[in-house]
Amino acid sequence: MNPDDRRYTQEHEWVRIEGDLATIGITHHAQHQLGDVVYVDLPEVGATLNQHQPFGSIDSVKTASDLFSPISGEVVEVNSAVTDDPAVVNADPFGQGWMLRVRPSDPAEADALMTADQYGLYTQES
Amino acid sequence: MPEPLIFQRSSPGRRGYSLPDASTPEVTLDPALQREDLELPEVSEFEVVRHYTRLSQENRAIDTAFYPLGSCTMKYNPKVNEEVASLRGVRRVHPYTPGTEVQGALQVMYDLQSILAQVGGLDAVSLLPAAGAHGELTGMLVIRAHHEHRGDVQRQTVIVADSAHGTNPATAAMAGYTVRTVQSDARGNVDLDALKSLVDHETAGMMLTNPNTLGLFDENIEEVCRIVHDAGGLMYGDGANMNAMTGIATPGDLGFDVLHFNLHKTFSTPHGGGGPGAGPIAVRDFLAPYLPDPVIRAEPTEDGTHYAFDTPKRTIGKVRSLWGNYAVLARAYTYMRHHGADGLRANSVHAVLNANYLGSLLKADYELRYDRPCMHEFVLSGSKQKRHGVRTVDMAKRIMDFGFHPPTIYFPLIVEESMLIEPTESESKQTLDEFAEAMRTIAHEAETAPGRIKSAPNETHLRRLDETTAARRPDLAYVREQRVVQENK
Repeated sequence: MNPDDRRYTQEHEWVRIEGDLATIGITHHAQHQLGDVVYVDLPEVGATLNQHQPFGSIDSVKTASDLFSPISGEVVEVNSAVTDDPAVVNADPFGQGWMLRVRPSDPAEADALMTADQYGLYTQES
Repeated sequence: MPEPLIFQRSSPGRRGYSLPDASTPEVTLDPALQREDLELPEVSEFEVVRHYTRLSQENRAIDTAFYPLGSCTMKYNPKVNEEVASLRGVRRVHPYTPGTEVQGALQVMYDLQSILAQVGGLDAVSLLPAAGAHGELTGMLVIRAHHEHRGDVQRQTVIVADSAHGTNPATAAMAGYTVRTVQSDARGNVDLDALKSLVDHETAGMMLTNPNTLGLFDENIEEVCRIVHDAGGLMYGDGANMNAMTGIATPGDLGFDVLHFNLHKTFSTPHGGGGPGAGPIAVRDFLAPYLPDPVIRAEPTEDGTHYAFDTPKRTIGKVRSLWGNYAVLARAYTYMRHHGADGLRANSVHAVLNANYLGSLLKADYELRYDRPCMHEFVLSGSKQKRHGVRTVDMAKRIMDFGFHPPTIYFPLIVEESMLIEPTESESKQTLDEFAEAMRTIAHEAETAPGRIKSAPNETHLRRLDETTAARRPDLAYVREQRVVQENK
């Protein structure tokens, strides 16, 4: 159920590279662990992301967590649907619940992340 | 039926007071000072009393039921504390009275400083911080001032354990530091190898709770302190869990340089709902010059001991107005004097015994993540019950049907579906047995009747609330339109 068109981090974010842009979100497993998401704090267009560094935060009824960037680059689009109605993250984390579009400074960074199969095993273990 | 809002009890023109005829000439208030748009409830005094009394009766409190909220130390608040805090000399002392006129009040504070220094195994104390997190910030600012005074300004990182209270990383950030998180090992201790790889010449210190929020005493605590000290950092102790070790071991002996106390936890002053609390800090002597202003000093004179306010030489300055939450200090002082050193030690012994007893009753039905003797609290995981579709939040709701306050849930973060349970020394074996029986019933229901848990609470004044919508779309202000809608229903 983890789409294999993207890569995954140990912090449960995904990144999908299409052309010269990358899309970032959190996984189904992450939204399930968080419970109902009530607030998502995202950077603005133009912000610089560094791989594995926090780029925002997400609050649920249970807890608040940092969001870690799966890739370095510059933010070119922020999904306002997510900030307006965080329930989208629970409902469709791999689709309409995407968070950022980024112009990666080094798309090859994604190659070091987990594949869908590896991530599936990783979430079974942890 | 839920208690209506006070606004819904309002009736135009109703007054809650009656004043005698004025003996002075009446004047008309300048219209510029008058406002018509203030929507205040118009109710009688009796309505106000009834409304808030009813609300208070719906509340769950330590004085009404077992309250095993982990890490909060909801122990009994002895009523003698209140008696002392209401004495005229305590209650009515004005903060601007010169110290020479209130020597008794200063003596209470001085003695409290001395007792806390002893309990902490440290040298000097500030009573000023108004709560635990405020104590943390004060302590970290003292550490910062110490490094800066020595010109050791490259120290910009603070290490925090992954089991820490959320206030620890927040405090380090507030004090201007970069936070680095160290993992716990499989036994729930600080991972020593991870710690060694994190410390360097930029380490200002480490913030650690011991026993930690898993209720575990770090078996390598001396080694942890040595690693941080060898790198030139200082050890900050979060004293939230001092109820596990008061009178048995001191943080100073373990290697901590700064410690805050939560008087409202360990020393039994009422808390919950935002205070007031008190979070004094204790420090080693080389940090005493940086303590906030003022501390209480004692000097022998021909007429006996004289107490005075004193400004430490290189103080970080004021952290709170005046002299701290004096009434809370007086309660904690009463508690300590009432129990004495032996009594405080006995409390810790019983708090640890109660937690281990309760944990042993529950570990057959719930996963006890770290199955080793605990200190004053322990962590269960709801992982077994999750397989039946029942989550910890559901079980926390269900426990209310049995008349208990739920334990802390989803904290610590490093245990899945966690429940953090702290019984304290105050509870009888009978109460612990009753709670365990309720928890076992719930574990059984998870397998046989999960719907009963998922719909809980069913016996409380209000049923399950929609916390998600409350957080996503908070409705915080009462507006007239709502009242019209309500009345037309």
